[in-house]
Amino acid sequence: MLRAEEQGCERVGGLVGAHASPATCFLDARRRVTRYAGTIPQPGQNSVALPPLDSSQWNSPWRAFGWGLRSITQTILTIVLFVTYLGIGALAHDTHFSLVWALASTLFVWAGPAQIILITTLGSGATVIQSAIAVTVSAIRLFPMVVSVLPLMRTPMTKRRELVFAAHLTAVTLWVECHRFLPQVPRERRIAFVHGLGCGLVSVCLVANTVGYFLAANLTQTLGAAILLLTPLSFLFSTARNSREVADVVALVLGILLYPLAAKMNSGVDILVSGVVAGTIAYGVHWWREVRA
Amino acid sequence: MSFAQAIGDWHALAVLFVAGVIPNQIWRMLGLWFGGGIDEGSELLVWVRAVATAILAGVIAQIVVEPPGALASVPDTLRYGAVAAGLVVFLLTRRSIFAGVVTGEVFMLAGTWWLG
Repeated sequence: MLRAEEQGCERVGGLVGAHASPATCFLDARRRVTRYAGTIPQPGQNSVALPPLDSSQWNSPWRAFGWGLRSITQTILTIVLFVTYLGIGALAHDTHFSLVWALASTLFVWAGPAQIILITTLGSGATVIQSAIAVTVSAIRLFPMVVSVLPLMRTPMTKRRELVFAAHLTAVTLWVECHRFLPQVPRERRIAFVHGLGCGLVSVCLVANTVGYFLAANLTQTLGAAILLLTPLSFLFSTARNSREVADVVALVLGILLYPLAAKMNSGVDILVSGVVAGTIAYGVHWWREVRA
Repeated sequence: MSFAQAIGDWHALAVLFVAGVIPNQIWRMLGLWFGGGIDEGSELLVWVRAVATAILAGVIAQIVVEPPGALASVPDTLRYGAVAAGLVVFLLTRRSIFAGVVTGEVFMLAGTWWLG
């Protein structure tokens, strides 16, 4: 299913080559698909149960929304999200945030890393500005994701405001799933499909938050600790899994090792210090390899 | 839990928007408005992605090194051991997130039980 999309890209690439527009190249999903190749099930291996493109099932946008909603049962990432948000709910409880606060963060932030950065920094006494800086740096990666995913649903008739909600729903899970599902959805129904898929995933996470919050409140200390441990474990492994380039791996390993050192300075911006230092060294490694290559 | 408890204080919700929602959402909306102008391979974005990964790594380390709430009741060595055991299995199973998480959890629970 990705193959058809790729051929399309090649044709577009050939046509626009004369204009030498970097934008077209950027909109090409292939490079990102390669980076996340391990997380995207291969065509044929795991075919998605959607109606054929010319089916009358796609005539109504509401039906398309329903198919999107149902598609959350077609991916293992739904379980990963559930576990992650179970941990976030428990983390919010043990850092003394209210349940509504935790649910509002899922609904309006809708980015796991930003949420745990926000909860952890605010919980350990950082100021609003310090937390905002850490969150915004973690969120920059959403920019290229939105840029690459929206063209998959755009038609010549699509107005920008129709894409606002789809842009809000864009996070790594939805982005991976869009590349998998959208080739099997007629273009004019893709926005409705993505709204359904996104709403389904958000609902799963809201339920997980609530369950995690109450488990943390009512379980024995040991089981409560086990739920809290889900957050670092699931984030560590999903980030490691998405690390395809050397710079990503170096940033991950150094970021973990440098934090305890930075914490000794007790500056209040420990996370930012260790993050910028580790990230810059990782970039240096990337640059050094590029120069030598 | 009462209704008031569930909501918490309004100040915390205001902080959520200022420190969480706006700094996060701004990048999605910029992507929507200026989409297509920047190449993901550009050097600036490589650096930004590395810093973002390192910040997330730092937060992961912070939760394990200076644990919140109930996790603080687990001895240091057991928390580090659980992450290390999970990591080993994650690598051995060709990057299975599920196998890594389950191993880490089982290691910690078994360790707590064994230590009494």
